[in-house]
Amino acid sequence: MTDTVRTSAPSAAAAKHLKRRRAADGRFRYYGLTAIFVALGALAVLVLTIGTQAFSAATYNVVKYEVTLDPAVIAPEGANRPADISRNVEGFYSLVRDELLTTFPEAEADRVSRRELSDFVTRLAVLPTARLVANNPELVGNTITLTAPLNDDLDLYLKGQGVKERKIKAGTVSSVQGEEDGTFRLAGAEAFEAVVTGLAVASVDRAEDAGQPDVLLTAGVSTGRLTDIDAGSARMELLTGRAQDFAQARPTARIIVSAESERTISDRQIAWVLALKEMGRVDRVPRWTLLTNSDSTYPELAGGLAAIVGSLLTMLITALVAMPIGILAAVYLEEFAPRNRLTEFIEVNINNLAAVPSIVFGLLGAALYINFLGMPRSAPLVGGLVLALMTFPVVIIASRAALKAVPPSVRSGALAVGASQMQTVFHHVVPLAAPGILTGAILGMARALGETAPLLLIGMVAFVGDVPRSPTDESTVMPVLIFSWSNNAERAWEPLTSAMIVILLAFLLVMNGLVVFLRRKYERRW
Amino acid sequence: MDTTQGTPAMMDDTLTLPRAADGAPRIDCRNIKVFYGEAQAIHDVSMTFPDRAVTALIGPSGCGKSTFLRCLNRMNDTIENCRVEGEILMDGENINDEDVDPVLLRSRVGMVFQKPNPFPKSIYDNIAYGPRIHGLANGREDLDAIVEKSLRRAGLWEEVKDRLTAPGTSLSGGQQQRLCIARAIAVQPEVILMDEPCSALDPIATARIEELIDELRNRYCIVIVTHSMQQAARVSQRTAFFHLGNLVEMGDTNQIFTNPREKRTEDYITGRFG
Ligand SMILES: Nc1ncnc2c1ncn2[C@@H]1O[C@H](COP(=O)(O)OP(=O)(O)O)[C@@H](O)[C@H]1O
Ligand SMILES: [Mg+2]
Repeated sequence: MTDTVRTSAPSAAAAKHLKRRRAADGRFRYYGLTAIFVALGALAVLVLTIGTQAFSAATYNVVKYEVTLDPAVIAPEGANRPADISRNVEGFYSLVRDELLTTFPEAEADRVSRRELSDFVTRLAVLPTARLVANNPELVGNTITLTAPLNDDLDLYLKGQGVKERKIKAGTVSSVQGEEDGTFRLAGAEAFEAVVTGLAVASVDRAEDAGQPDVLLTAGVSTGRLTDIDAGSARMELLTGRAQDFAQARPTARIIVSAESERTISDRQIAWVLALKEMGRVDRVPRWTLLTNSDSTYPELAGGLAAIVGSLLTMLITALVAMPIGILAAVYLEEFAPRNRLTEFIEVNINNLAAVPSIVFGLLGAALYINFLGMPRSAPLVGGLVLALMTFPVVIIASRAALKAVPPSVRSGALAVGASQMQTVFHHVVPLAAPGILTGAILGMARALGETAPLLLIGMVAFVGDVPRSPTDESTVMPVLIFSWSNNAERAWEPLTSAMIVILLAFLLVMNGLVVFLRRKYERRW
Repeated sequence: MDTTQGTPAMMDDTLTLPRAADGAPRIDCRNIKVFYGEAQAIHDVSMTFPDRAVTALIGPSGCGKSTFLRCLNRMNDTIENCRVEGEILMDGENINDEDVDPVLLRSRVGMVFQKPNPFPKSIYDNIAYGPRIHGLANGREDLDAIVEKSLRRAGLWEEVKDRLTAPGTSLSGGQQQRLCIARAIAVQPEVILMDEPCSALDPIATARIEELIDELRNRYCIVIVTHSMQQAARVSQRTAFFHLGNLVEMGDTNQIFTNPREKRTEDYITGRFG
């Protein structure tokens, strides 16, 4: 007798059933794939948008300036101790402003343009210079080259983000003639033909009543504004530099599509920043200040240091409170507690606690720690305690799962050689569960690190310009800083916010990486 | 003491324990009842275990052999809702007394489990753990000696002496089980309980364990639970047959297997049920 291998269904009904089952199998696989692709797609979009934004904020433009550190300005008689120098913002700032005014004397003409030029560098941007000189008094009197971050609007303009413009290479300008009203007439065969065409195209993009877009013409360090443009000639109002620069040159025309009233920078500022760039005085450099500066109302000076330190202090408190309490509670409940009504009740409530929305913990923290116990507002101490409340149920649940996963044979093995229950637990069970316990604890901490809502309620959203030195100092944390920045109106905050998000994600990634590492390294089989 | 050898490992006396007076039982169980919650698993069992002999507990599965075995080192204490009644006398002392410390008891009554369960630690630490927590060794050399002696007694020394730092779990199943036996020996027990120690092993490993049990019989009172009647016949001098939580018959192994007094015993050993 031979056994026949059954390859076809025995009956028509069974065959139909089999076919339906296979179809269901296939459908399920298809649903699964779809779900995965949707998830991956969402992730890709997130990474791309945040990543590109953050990338553009990872560098910024700084302006170089050469100044003589005149003691009369920065260290006048009676205010020349290092402490005075480091606080002499006005003095250092006047050096920068005067240097810019020397470079662009035309700005002296009126108050508006003076202000427009002095806006290039924010007052507070000279603070690092002041500190540098205060720490190295021998620099006083010397001539040194310094850098300062460019105003955020100019920075965005140079990155091609702030202002919509169209760049066109003009033809050769053959003659430049001064007119009576101070303007110049530029002429050249078909020099501006491309500009005229460009203007026609640009007008389509503009609102009806916006009028003609501004056209800036740049040759070398010189820039002027064009009017009365036709194919062979145009009138130019010189904004910076010398009119002769345009003679026999092929200047670059910029059709600024956004109207001057809609922009945050003026035509003159564009002219100056282009000139600085042409002089090689503008550098795009990595923005380390994102990590070394604290929050500021000026985007070009703002950084996350205070928030990062605040987050670390908060996490420290959370870890110090939540980990021992969570782990010990888990060990007790899992290994020592008798199974009865009370422990069951406690167990259920720990699970409930883990499901409580985090904002509730914030309210609880505000009421308990701040109002009742009188702890300081906005402090990492309170933030850490609030997050600990939120984290320790997670730690308990994860730790219990890890303890449960230790096979009972290990316990009986230890008990059988005469180990006490405590020795069994702490010599054998806990070490074996440690990777799992740590994993749970770290994941709980990672969740706490990204938490915003409860911290808003205990005042950690206050503007903090100084790095906190202790857990009781006023402080903020990374996710709250992201929240605050994203609420700012200026456009420059947008990429900064993304950059801060990336920094936060980097921290989370490190923590999750640690989890993977622990799993890989200490995972045991028994 | 063997002075010609001179190595600490050979200090046999350190592991030699007082033996029960000749012929006297090492363990004397009187009217043992075990309950899991409401359910009674052992019904009024009285029996004795002779010193320097192997006693086998046989019976169909679920009849309470393991439960009864666990009474002898109070491992039932660790099982929630398990309750033991009756007296178990060792050296005239009732180990079920309130003031007997089960932890100390377990250092006198070692146990080997069905599935080899070495600690996920090195071979050395597996053996050294017990002596360490009981403070049996003065210093490293002493501990080394205990480890070597225990491994020698368990017949494992030659196989593992070059890799004492390797994890215990890296050994084969049979070696792991001998490691567990060595681990039990290391704390100088008087009694060794074995709960189906070979049921997870292949026949060759089983044969080695059985040989080992036969050697250990000279020093310890051994109680072994087995579901294999051949094994009981091979390694034990006394056999007790359990059925449904009752001790049906107890006697010399020879007599039980050749001339059982009870009908149920005969049915069981001739394979009519179980
Ligand atoms: N932890 C326990 N809780 C409740 N009942 C148990 C437990 N362990 C064993 N039992 C019951 O006790 C009886 C005897 O079990 P056991 O001693 O393991 O038998 P054997 O080892 O002879 O196979 C069985 O009916 C079993 O269901
Ligand atoms: Mg059993």
